[in-house]
Amino acid sequence: MSRTITIKALKYNPNSSISKPHMVEYKLEETDGMTLFIALTKIREEMDADLSFDFVCRAGICGSCGMMVNGQPVLACRTLTKNFPDGVLELFPMPAFKLIKDLSVDTGNWMNDMSKRVESWIHTEHEVDISKLEAPIEPDVADATFELDRCIECGICVAACGTKLMRPDFVGAVGLNRVARFECDPHDNRTIEDYYELVGDDDGIFGCMSLLACEDNCPKHLPLQSKIAYMRRKLVALR
Amino acid sequence: MSDLIEGFLGKSVEGKKSRLPAKLDFVQSATGLFLGLFMWGHMFFVSTILVSNDLMYNVTKMFEGGFFFEERQHWIDAVLIIFVLVVFFTHAGLGMRKFPINFRQWQVYKTHMKMMKHDETSMWYVQAITGFVMFFLGSAHLFIILLHVADIGPYLSGSRIYSLWPFYILLLLAVEFHGGIGLYRLCIKWGWFEGNNAKETRAKLKKVKWVITAFFLTLGILTFVAYFKIGLEQKDNAGERYQPSAMIKVIDNIKVGS
Repeated sequence: MSRTITIKALKYNPNSSISKPHMVEYKLEETDGMTLFIALTKIREEMDADLSFDFVCRAGICGSCGMMVNGQPVLACRTLTKNFPDGVLELFPMPAFKLIKDLSVDTGNWMNDMSKRVESWIHTEHEVDISKLEAPIEPDVADATFELDRCIECGICVAACGTKLMRPDFVGAVGLNRVARFECDPHDNRTIEDYYELVGDDDGIFGCMSLLACEDNCPKHLPLQSKIAYMRRKLVALR
Repeated sequence: MSDLIEGFLGKSVEGKKSRLPAKLDFVQSATGLFLGLFMWGHMFFVSTILVSNDLMYNVTKMFEGGFFFEERQHWIDAVLIIFVLVVFFTHAGLGMRKFPINFRQWQVYKTHMKMMKHDETSMWYVQAITGFVMFFLGSAHLFIILLHVADIGPYLSGSRIYSLWPFYILLLLAVEFHGGIGLYRLCIKWGWFEGNNAKETRAKLKKVKWVITAFFLTLGILTFVAYFKIGLEQKDNAGERYQPSAMIKVIDNIKVGS
């Protein structure tokens, strides 16, 4: 049976001198299998063309549509409206990122800076000769690397992190996961000493207060808790 | 000169980061672990009052070299207290680095916690508040004990709890919540007991954490009541030292402490 749902969204344009942050309420008929992304699209098409929110893939792959729904950071495209028994969804943009407008935030530039900061690329002296077969890699090792490579950079771990909100320079779980990803990749010749230089400080691994909201909210269920603990043990063990 | 350059630039002359943050992180955890386990032991020792005054007296005596000396050696307690104080101050100093240090940090964390309703995020706030409370109450307790080290025993400890009961109730709550959450967080932080399924282990650890907190809170409250009762009964004889039953002789109906 169809019901009417209520979506309340923060509207604010920080680039406008006349814009004041305020909540706007929209009421719409829920449809079968309705996701928040579908609901927002409907609102934009039928009620408020000015409402800004981010999306690309609609399938939980691009990581663009992260937002706070009733206080929880989620992907709008993977959030079913039927999972909210009272039919009320209160939307805020993800904190920690630069607000563009309404529910739209700039995760891209943040992720780009983070990637440069943790030098998120393979460091090797090895010259690739494409005429030769690649050296084989143990399947377990490859799986471990691919597992961490599933990160879609949605920023949910960053928005969920109380440490990051208090301390804007904190690298966040996404950055620490990236370091762990290269650490287990045999193609990368960096040593633990090298990784220490990237995240061995209070804005890096030692700033993490183990609040675990990153782990609990990651839409890709990455093993962030284990990997952060692993990197911490490795970096602390350095002499 | 190299220290000056490192302090100025934030990296050594070789362009390397200091290893001190790693050490500080480790020491914060190590001191926390020590204090957490120490408080478990402490609670078991003080709760011996629930069995009998004599047992509590004998445990106190044991810590004062009772196995080796006939007389109580209060200096042993004093050394232990000073050691705990040093560990306590170290832990507090290192823990303080994580506190919200300005209005905006406090505001954003509080809003986030209220919105997210996430266990570990809220537990950290409890830990920060109880840690702050213990800066004062924990230090005061240790100083009181250090200055009156000879007065540890059923009667004088009872009198202390009776006269300072609001202080000790607050301290008990702060210790049990801070310690319980802290030990749980240590396991998560370093990946202890993780096994093959970190999520499952964490759920179990959280359950164990609450069971332990409930156990120590119950034991703590019962112990508190026992000391309070002794303090209440002793209020007209304040300052009287406890004489263990084994040392009391009855001569011609006159009770004399030997």
